[in-house]
Amino acid sequence: MVERTPILNFFTHLILFVGFIFCVAPFAIVAIAASHNLKDVNDVPMSLLPGSDFWVNIKTAWTTADLGPKLLNSFIMAFGVAAGKVIISALTAFSIVYFRYPGRMLMFWLIFITLMLPLEVRIVPTYAVVANVLEPYQAIMDLTGLSWLIEKVSGVQVSLSLGLLNSYSGLILPLVATATGTFLYRQFFLTVPDELTEAARMDGAGALRFFVDILLPLSRNNMAALGTIMFLWAWNQYLWPLLITTDQSHAMAVTELKQLIPNVGGAPEWHIAMAGTLIVMLPPLIVVVLMQRWFVRGLIATEK
Amino acid sequence: MASIAIRGVKKNYAKTQVVHGVDLDFASGEFVVILGPSGCGKSTLLRMIAGLEEISDGTIAIDGTVVNRLEPRERGCAMVFQNYALYPHMSVAQNIGYSLKVAGVASAERAQRVQAVARVLELEHLLDRKPMALSGGQRQRVAMGRAMIREPKVFLFDEPLSNLDAKLRVQMRSEIRKLHRRLSATSVFVTHDQVEAMTLADRLVVMNGGRVEQVGTPAEVYSRPASRFVATFVGAPAMNMLEGTVTLDGLSLLGGSRKLNVSRTGVPVGSKVAVGIRPEAVRMVAPGTPGALTATVDLIEELGAGRVIYVDLDGVPFSIVTSETVHPEPGSSIGLQFAETDLHFFSSETGARLDVFKASVPEPAPATL
Repeated sequence: MVERTPILNFFTHLILFVGFIFCVAPFAIVAIAASHNLKDVNDVPMSLLPGSDFWVNIKTAWTTADLGPKLLNSFIMAFGVAAGKVIISALTAFSIVYFRYPGRMLMFWLIFITLMLPLEVRIVPTYAVVANVLEPYQAIMDLTGLSWLIEKVSGVQVSLSLGLLNSYSGLILPLVATATGTFLYRQFFLTVPDELTEAARMDGAGALRFFVDILLPLSRNNMAALGTIMFLWAWNQYLWPLLITTDQSHAMAVTELKQLIPNVGGAPEWHIAMAGTLIVMLPPLIVVVLMQRWFVRGLIATEK
Repeated sequence: MASIAIRGVKKNYAKTQVVHGVDLDFASGEFVVILGPSGCGKSTLLRMIAGLEEISDGTIAIDGTVVNRLEPRERGCAMVFQNYALYPHMSVAQNIGYSLKVAGVASAERAQRVQAVARVLELEHLLDRKPMALSGGQRQRVAMGRAMIREPKVFLFDEPLSNLDAKLRVQMRSEIRKLHRRLSATSVFVTHDQVEAMTLADRLVVMNGGRVEQVGTPAEVYSRPASRFVATFVGAPAMNMLEGTVTLDGLSLLGGSRKLNVSRTGVPVGSKVAVGIRPEAVRMVAPGTPGALTATVDLIEELGAGRVIYVDLDGVPFSIVTSETVHPEPGSSIGLQFAETDLHFFSSETGARLDVFKASVPEPAPATL
């Protein structure tokens, strides 16, 4: 039912416009606040006309919070998570959809269960594992008496230790292993006609060849969608990076914004904080703008 | 070129058996069509030859080598799928050349062979297109090209024409036939369309319910159907069937209202038989003509070149194909006449053809309208 009357057009546009204002207003206020000086930003009410100190504030924010290396850290982490997700999801979904092996459904449900255990729920054990990745193995060896045996026989005390605190792998790996991507891929792989698989078999392509030559090119839209979502999600992570990066050289841009927020008793430098926010917001915005076309295609059904 | 020998092949899915012990031999270079209704196991059989389905029991040998345990690529078969199954992200040239790429053929030679195949199929101007930008017939040709380029010993076709419109289907049919004459590779073609089957086949295999009903040339299958199923499945409109009972002096039809003077050997009196007569073999005569059956016209289907007349013969639906330009009114009576040599007899119990009946009394010359 598509009706086009001037009145209806007017109201649809009005609704769209109101929605647009609702979405954009906070960003506009941030941008305006970032352009004021210390006095103007603390006026009540704040003037909604942009001030003239925008670039000065940006520069101050950049140097105060040392955003250069932090943005790089954030980028490495977000990119690592996005890439890791895309690769692992594709592989796990490929295994679940295209192979029949014992325990397949068990695997599927194990992956499914991780959906119910977000990082926040399992943050303590995850921290323990990241602090020493080999801890679980140590525990198993201690429990089974294996380490005791080794100590008796060789005189070497077994103490496994591999810490990932303050490292990129420690930041990335715990965020990579979740189920959402696997499901997205699984749903897509299920829509790939069986005949295509069979045609590839007749053409002599083995499983891996089929995966690389046929499935991956066909799922590039899904990859773009998943990659974009995961990049944004990882970029905005706060709790996990805050927890495991005690060392400033591995701090993230998002967590470092805290540095710019005025302390009690300090000068109320909200214009600097807003400028910093703008900077940190920019990379995800660029990613969305660049990936938008693929992203939308990947999420709406299948291309015909 | 290769011969195919199928011995006692069965296929089970979990507990249900869908192919019950099939024995077939396809000669080298032969064009065999497997015909049957949907669900008769014809595609399963084809896929077992291709290696896409496991063989539950029995053996399939290509050129004397048992291929049960071989991967599809090792069997030397190429397959054309019903939905073409072209790789949507590859151009026509890449689609055709993919098997060579997998086999590690150098790109120069690959391009040359793709060109050669494209020339045969008249696809040269489309090589850079994606399958999405092709018409149904062109996609079909690409699918054939993909099969041809491997120079396979065996061509397998799984209902490749069923997605095309009627005109293209006829055209592709003759192209496939020409292609076969040119390549003379052993071809197995599965279809449920009997016109396709009759026109393409050197030899026809009719399947039903996971069993082979008859193997023979299209003419043989048409003129001497081996079972009641084949008789009614091959030929359009379907063969008319009348139930009869063996009597002392012949056969009684239509509840005794009509007698056939046929000799019988070895069939006990009182046993039930089905008597078949093709609609094409029935002649329309004026009602009341001596020796003719009287029927009431139900419906007339105009075919242009001829017409199908559906009549009611004492409660039994019956059809006649005639090329005469007669248009009897629905509800009117007409006479039906046929030569007893055109009759087919089948056991009512097993459906098997009975050749023990011989029409002994020749029908008087038919009266012309």
